[in-house]
Amino acid sequence: MTKLADRAMGYGLRALNHFAGLALVDRLRLRKPAERLLYRAARGGFRSAAAAGRVFSAARKLMQPERPARVGESALFDLTPTEEQRMLQEAARSFADERLRAAAAQADAACAAPAELLAQSRELGLAALGVPEALGGTGSERNAVTNVLVAEALAHGDLGLALACLAPAAVSTALSLWGDAEQQAKYLPAFTGENPPAAALALMEARPLFDPFALETRARERGDGYVLEGVKTLVPLAASAELFVVAAQLAERGPALFLVESSTAGVSIEAEPAMGLRAAATGRLRLDRVELPRSALLGSGEARIYEDCVQLARLGWCALACGTAQAVLDYVIPYVNEREAFGEPISHRQSVAFTVADIAIELEGLRLATWRAASRAERGLPFAHEVALARRLCSDRGMAIGSHGVQLLGGHGYVKEHPVERWYRDLRAAGLMEGAVLV
Amino acid sequence: MIYLETPKKFQALVAQAHQVAQQVFRPISRKYDRAEHTDPKELDMLAALLDGMNEAGGTGGAGAAGVRRESQSQNDGANRNGSNLSTVLGIMELCWGDVALTLSLPRQGLGNAAIASVANEEQLARFKGRWAAMAITEPHCGSDSAAIRTTARLDGDHYILNGEKIYVTAGHRADLVVVWATLDRSLGRAAIKSFVVEKGTPGFEEVRLEHKLGIRASDTAAFVLKDCRVPKENLLGSPEINVEKGFAGVMQTFDNTRPLVAAMAVGLARACLDETRRLLERAGIEIDYRRAAAQQSAAAAEFLKMEADYEAARLLTLQAAWMADNRRPNSLQASMAKAKAGRTGVEVALKCLELAGAVGYAEGEEGAGLLEKWARDAKILDIFEGTQQIQLLIIARRLLNKSSAELK
Repeated sequence: MTKLADRAMGYGLRALNHFAGLALVDRLRLRKPAERLLYRAARGGFRSAAAAGRVFSAARKLMQPERPARVGESALFDLTPTEEQRMLQEAARSFADERLRAAAAQADAACAAPAELLAQSRELGLAALGVPEALGGTGSERNAVTNVLVAEALAHGDLGLALACLAPAAVSTALSLWGDAEQQAKYLPAFTGENPPAAALALMEARPLFDPFALETRARERGDGYVLEGVKTLVPLAASAELFVVAAQLAERGPALFLVESSTAGVSIEAEPAMGLRAAATGRLRLDRVELPRSALLGSGEARIYEDCVQLARLGWCALACGTAQAVLDYVIPYVNEREAFGEPISHRQSVAFTVADIAIELEGLRLATWRAASRAERGLPFAHEVALARRLCSDRGMAIGSHGVQLLGGHGYVKEHPVERWYRDLRAAGLMEGAVLV
Repeated sequence: MIYLETPKKFQALVAQAHQVAQQVFRPISRKYDRAEHTDPKELDMLAALLDGMNEAGGTGGAGAAGVRRESQSQNDGANRNGSNLSTVLGIMELCWGDVALTLSLPRQGLGNAAIASVANEEQLARFKGRWAAMAITEPHCGSDSAAIRTTARLDGDHYILNGEKIYVTAGHRADLVVVWATLDRSLGRAAIKSFVVEKGTPGFEEVRLEHKLGIRASDTAAFVLKDCRVPKENLLGSPEINVEKGFAGVMQTFDNTRPLVAAMAVGLARACLDETRRLLERAGIEIDYRRAAAQQSAAAAEFLKMEADYEAARLLTLQAAWMADNRRPNSLQASMAKAKAGRTGVEVALKCLELAGAVGYAEGEEGAGLLEKWARDAKILDIFEGTQQIQLLIIARRLLNKSSAELK
């Protein structure tokens, strides 16, 4: 049971987050005290109730679940996005470069995305992208490549904010891909409507060498439902999410996904700020004997569903890493051309210039590997092998790009005046995170 | 529509090339590595077969047929998978078998690629069916090909060539050698032209064959040109010295041949990975693509890392070739592919050898016994057609918008 005091603290934290996003704070010289308070709150790891969720209810009954159609077979090698993909890419790119980039430093400091920005991102219809048209969404076909391109474009603005924008889409995509008719009818209309909910896909658990196929969060069958017990870590938008998709080990059957509304008794949230991804307001999701109805098991718990979920999330992180790595490249090029040492631009030195070349080479390799895995996924071809290779590149080469970014700026890269230190922190997440995004 | 699989229409070609690699190259791989400078006769019949494939659809071979830019009029915006892509796919398979034997395939030389890229119709017809090698490097200059000293002086209907050329791949066995020479050393790069020199031309003398670290089945010749008279119709491209355009003419060849060398490194890397995977499996080590590298044995984790770099190199190579097929400028991508594939080939081969231990280090006739050979062969692929360092320079200059005077 959540204590009333905890609940109040939770609301307080959220209000404070909002507060921290306002320009007024600086004008009134309240920045320092506000941040200190936030810091203490985070350090204390105090617990709060999850967001007071809306009531999800089915507007109409579906006889059959709706699924996005599989992309048809292609005969030719092709690296050209479709017209529709290019439009979406453009929209995401301008939103990212104009809005996300500008808000990134402050959101990182505040451990929260500005509400206004999230509202704008909802207007982009990100959460409706993966939802079939029959359910009010905009995704007629399975569109893993489109989602990759959009994630890449958003992360070019800022990875943490991109995660905050995309976290709800992970839930709507999961429902579209794997939800049964009842689950889709109950939850999906909210994601395609006027005011889509914050939501998050919670897979990860806090332990070294975490293996998403060996979960410690347990689901027991009891009576006409399930009881969930465990703790999920680094869940984006944890405090504001109204709906979670939670991975738990289902007795003898293996890992499965469960729909958990934030208002369910036993669900509580702890703020969990990390090295990076701070704008996504990551938190721990604690499940304390959470009782769920039988209908909470996503897609009747088929093994294939969970397998695909893990892989599509990893792919999403590869896409985010591509976008941030591209941001690094685009940032260091003018910097090394303008910065002078020993009487000439530092870009005239091979050690500097070759580092830039290596960033470009490894980024392109990572991007192509990511695109390949996504193009296989949306055609229903096996894609786990390709994801594994892309993720390896994401973890090794993507992180190296983040490190090069700071190194090329030297001391200037180490201070918060430039964004490269934030990209360094965010890129470390991309190769180790599980869940949270889906493409 | 983004799709990065081998296109259906080339699957038969890929399978065919793989058969050649497995049935023809692999069984004689060690033999010609040991017997350096011995002519691999087995390849003659194969070359006839490849000629046939080239004639049939222009989608085969080891690169010589496939690098000509098709006419601009066909640029209708539709996605094309053409000879550039099919050629790199074919080379990847052939070099899975043996890089040196691929380089020794008659009539598939880099000189043929140059002729196919820049020759006029008359020259194309005249040199058709001849094996052409490429001679650029001189004893005093390698990467700095603008510094060549071999001269060409017009004398009536002939150019008179004087100079020294080294590291001519397949120079001994080829019928023709495409020789780079300068019309006027004071005019720099713009004056450098390429000339087709027939073997047997008086004054064109082969002076030496090199003994090498690897690719020993492929001969590497040195030539001296002494008052060598070459018909003036054998000059490839324009005889005019255009200082504005500079080096572009001859250097354009490299945009076409770099993806080919990248493809060689990709094929070799896969040969190493395939053998190493087999060795690891036999040793009871499973490579699990579902689990993170950190949850697996160090050998499996190492394998995953190598395979990921291989995949990046392979896709960069396909990208460069695909762009050429679609007539998009690909100089940057060609160099990125060459840089990534060149270094990946070496890293993968050497690491596989380390994992295999004595099984790979000792000379064997087949399978893992060829790992030490592949590790020796791999090194040249990070050197010829532009070293790793030259590729990085090209890429960096392009990204940073720097001239060769600024970024040296």
